Amino acid sequence: METFFNNLLEFFFILIGLQLVYTAFKVFKDVNNSKRIGTSLFWLDLGILFMFGKVMPAVVSGGLVAFLGVISLFKQFEISKFTPVKQEKLEADAKKYGNAIFIPVLALAIISVLLAFAIKESSKAAIGVAAVIGILLAMGIFKSKPKEVAYESDRMMQAMGTSGILPQLLAALGAIFTIAGVGDVIAQMIGGFVPEGNRLAGSIAYVLGMVIFTVIMGNGFAAFTVITAGVGVPFVIMQGADPAIAGALALTAGYCGTLLTPMAANFNALPASLLEMKNPHGVIKEQVPVAVIMIIVHIALMYFWAF
Amino acid sequence: MEWIKLIGIAIIVLGFIFKFDTIAVVVVAGLATALVSGITPVEFLEALGKAFVDQRIVTIFFITLPLIGLAESHGLKEQAVNLIKKVSGLTTGWFLSIYLIIREIAGAFSIRLGGHPQFVRPLVQPMAEASAEAKYGELEEKDKELIKAKSAAMDNYGNFFGQNTFLSAGGVLLIVGTLDSMGYKVTSLDIAKASIPVALIMILIGIVSNIYFDKKLARKYGNKGEQK
Repeated sequence: METFFNNLLEFFFILIGLQLVYTAFKVFKDVNNSKRIGTSLFWLDLGILFMFGKVMPAVVSGGLVAFLGVISLFKQFEISKFTPVKQEKLEADAKKYGNAIFIPVLALAIISVLLAFAIKESSKAAIGVAAVIGILLAMGIFKSKPKEVAYESDRMMQAMGTSGILPQLLAALGAIFTIAGVGDVIAQMIGGFVPEGNRLAGSIAYVLGMVIFTVIMGNGFAAFTVITAGVGVPFVIMQGADPAIAGALALTAGYCGTLLTPMAANFNALPASLLEMKNPHGVIKEQVPVAVIMIIVHIALMYFWAF
Repeated sequence: MEWIKLIGIAIIVLGFIFKFDTIAVVVVAGLATALVSGITPVEFLEALGKAFVDQRIVTIFFITLPLIGLAESHGLKEQAVNLIKKVSGLTTGWFLSIYLIIREIAGAFSIRLGGHPQFVRPLVQPMAEASAEAKYGELEEKDKELIKAKSAAMDNYGNFFGQNTFLSAGGVLLIVGTLDSMGYKVTSLDIAKASIPVALIMILIGIVSNIYFDKKLARKYGNKGEQK
């Protein structure tokens, strides 16, 4: 069973690789994109990593990942422009399909959860199965041709831009940190403040570490990799906490930091200006009491529930 | 000199603060960390390549993009707007609470409402303000400002604390991948389940804070409202 689902997962990675290569092809043909060569190479590079990652020598994969960094370092990446669907058509469609519009997206969530519950080995591949079924349902409901599916894949992929692969790259960075022993260094440094074996101190350090790093960087994902390696693993998980519960709480603890920081402009400064507020930090000000309560909630859950 | 190993963290922090390209920042941070820790460039590339390929699962949500795109191009958001418009006759506080709940449920089903530009500005804030004015007449400027802040805040609360209840949310897969790279096996279902309490507590805190806001409005404008 496990082999079957692992092969299925590898098949989904090849499908994603094809999506990426298709986007590379479309970008290459888009003469309006002033950086079409670099951008096309970026998607192609990623597509190769997804399709052949399993059979390529690791050093070649590593070179390809580093090349992604080179492309973006020299600013050779640009998103192509897509004509937005007309508002009148969207509203007419909403009227035409009504709540049936929600069927494919609901199917995606429900099928993946049910499958993961029913067959434990399927939990990684479940989302792929649900996505394929969901796409077929959507094609049936909206009477879409395969060409439209490919178009939407390309449009959404490009809308995501380079930030779509950031979580994966951060997870890989976590592995580098582990090999280099970064976690041990931080553990030694804060060992003075946080007595080893003290679960409450560990919980507070993990939660506050996530909040503070997210406030500084404005990005909870990056904070998660760093703080989990340095604080979460030595002071919480190795002291006996459930890794799944501690990890889940740590990331949402980071989001409490997002509520507090001007660095997360998309969430705090942008709405203030969209809503023409007088105080550009009005949204943050409103969020402070709730964020503080949520931080305390996270510490309590980490201490009482994760252990 | 062990602390020099933290150079990668310093690069990440500075890179994100100064908004350098994030992909390049992460690769450079990894390289710097490896080099100061006595790992050769070739060993670094091997480790990076292996880890990146092992963590492809984190990006499996790419496979759902065509589906989301199809639904969006056929009026997903517009239909969501239609549904929310049916929610009328509520107080401002309860309207905001209902929006918070809808936002969290949408997150649990990976329906991305699009946040502030597509939802809060054109829909949530005008409706929240209108429900107060229907009851109390014209509001003072500072209360309007408060309703704006609360509308934006509800979207953030629902978005942040609801999204990880979805099995393959980016955050969920990041947790699975990061823990895996550090030697702990967890499934995305474990993470989604462990994210439920925080999602529920957030709704509770939101409701309490909104009830308090309703009471405050009622105290301030209440007499005027009764005269109407």
